[in-house]
Amino acid sequence: MCFVQNTRGLRSQLKDSVPVTGLCPQAGPYGVQDSLRRGFSSVKNELLPSHPLELSEKNFQLNQDKMNFNTLRNIQGLHAPLKLQMEYRAARQIQRLPFLPSSNLALDTLRGTDDTIGFEDILNDPVLSEVMGDPHIMTEYKLGVL
Amino acid sequence: SRASRKRECRIMATVSVCQYHRGGFSFENCKRNALLEADINKLGFSSPAARKTGTTICGVVYKDGVVLGADTRATEGMVVADKNCSKIHYISPNVYCCGAGTAADTEMTTQIISSNLELHSLSTGRLPRVATANRMLKQMLFRYQGYIGAALVLGGVDCTGPHLYSIYPHGSTDKLPYVTMGSGSLAAMAVFEDRYRPNMEEEEAKRLVRDAIAAGIFNDLGSGSNIDLCVITKGKVDYLRPHDVANKKGVRTGNYRYKHGTTGVLAKTVTPLNLEVVEENVQTMDTS
Repeated sequence: MCFVQNTRGLRSQLKDSVPVTGLCPQAGPYGVQDSLRRGFSSVKNELLPSHPLELSEKNFQLNQDKMNFNTLRNIQGLHAPLKLQMEYRAARQIQRLPFLPSSNLALDTLRGTDDTIGFEDILNDPVLSEVMGDPHIMTEYKLGVL
Repeated sequence: SRASRKRECRIMATVSVCQYHRGGFSFENCKRNALLEADINKLGFSSPAARKTGTTICGVVYKDGVVLGADTRATEGMVVADKNCSKIHYISPNVYCCGAGTAADTEMTTQIISSNLELHSLSTGRLPRVATANRMLKQMLFRYQGYIGAALVLGGVDCTGPHLYSIYPHGSTDKLPYVTMGSGSLAAMAVFEDRYRPNMEEEEAKRLVRDAIAAGIFNDLGSGSNIDLCVITKGKVDYLRPHDVANKKGVRTGNYRYKHGTTGVLAKTVTPLNLEVVEENVQTMDTS
């Protein structure tokens, strides 16, 4: 499951209608956009992506994982993706404090991306980001106190 | 109160609290760029063009291996940006890749694939294959749906023999005995179609590639300057840069500088300037 993308598993993923996720206004706790935390919303900004690749890039890793799990299920049975997903969930929980960048080493090793280099390692590396979220606000948000 | 207002400002400032900061391409400025471009076009100007390689690149499979050839001109719109750029990129010790299209795209793509192939070969413990590089390139280019403008000619010799692929920006590939790419590809292909035959000798193959690139250089505005060749055989790579300087820059025949003594000296007066030190102050450099 490393750099080689599972392009033949696409047939198992094709459906009639593909829901577009990630672009509609993310509803806060009261059903409308949380202006305080996410800023002002504009209908035009949310309806269409600003670049044709934006959506596909945002969901790329997710779609790859889905396809791989589907193929794995077809080959080895339901238990295989279930066990792997459990390991993924456990690995995803190994994080540093919310405002510090985590290396996600366990997750990378599981996915097989620890020995590949892509644009996500070169461009916009979160480790080299010049701004940091406010530590107090971010920990409060994480703990649900905010 | 003032404390709560200050807190609200901090909350607004950390809008990124909820979003996980991921690496890779960022599309934040796309809308702004589109608006700027529309405004500029309304005023009648045009936005700056990306540097392309407007190229002739080609490759041919001969008896013992693969010969890759490229010209050396990089253009930026209608201006030559680089008179001697290197278009044959290293992918692995036995695989080289010529790149046409947007110069930055070909450069970065080949570097990324080269790194990935190195990691892969360390992990497998074997010399990498041309087909592996081809598949990596094609999957990456397809993922970006042709927005990465890199048209490549990939060639090399591995344990299964010599191979040559051409890879288009949208991700389609062709495995052929002779390929050409770039704006001068038609001129180069004409030469290939006329004189190619299977299992050529090395000298004949080099001459054929040199002539094909020369056809591209002299008949296409986007290609020019010198001809680079790369001959890959089992265990040996000959990177001939430049193999042939097809366009030599002219040598200046005259000189406008006059020799010493051309103008006769009639009289000479020397006035020494006596300078005295009035004030001296030392400022230490802040090296902390």
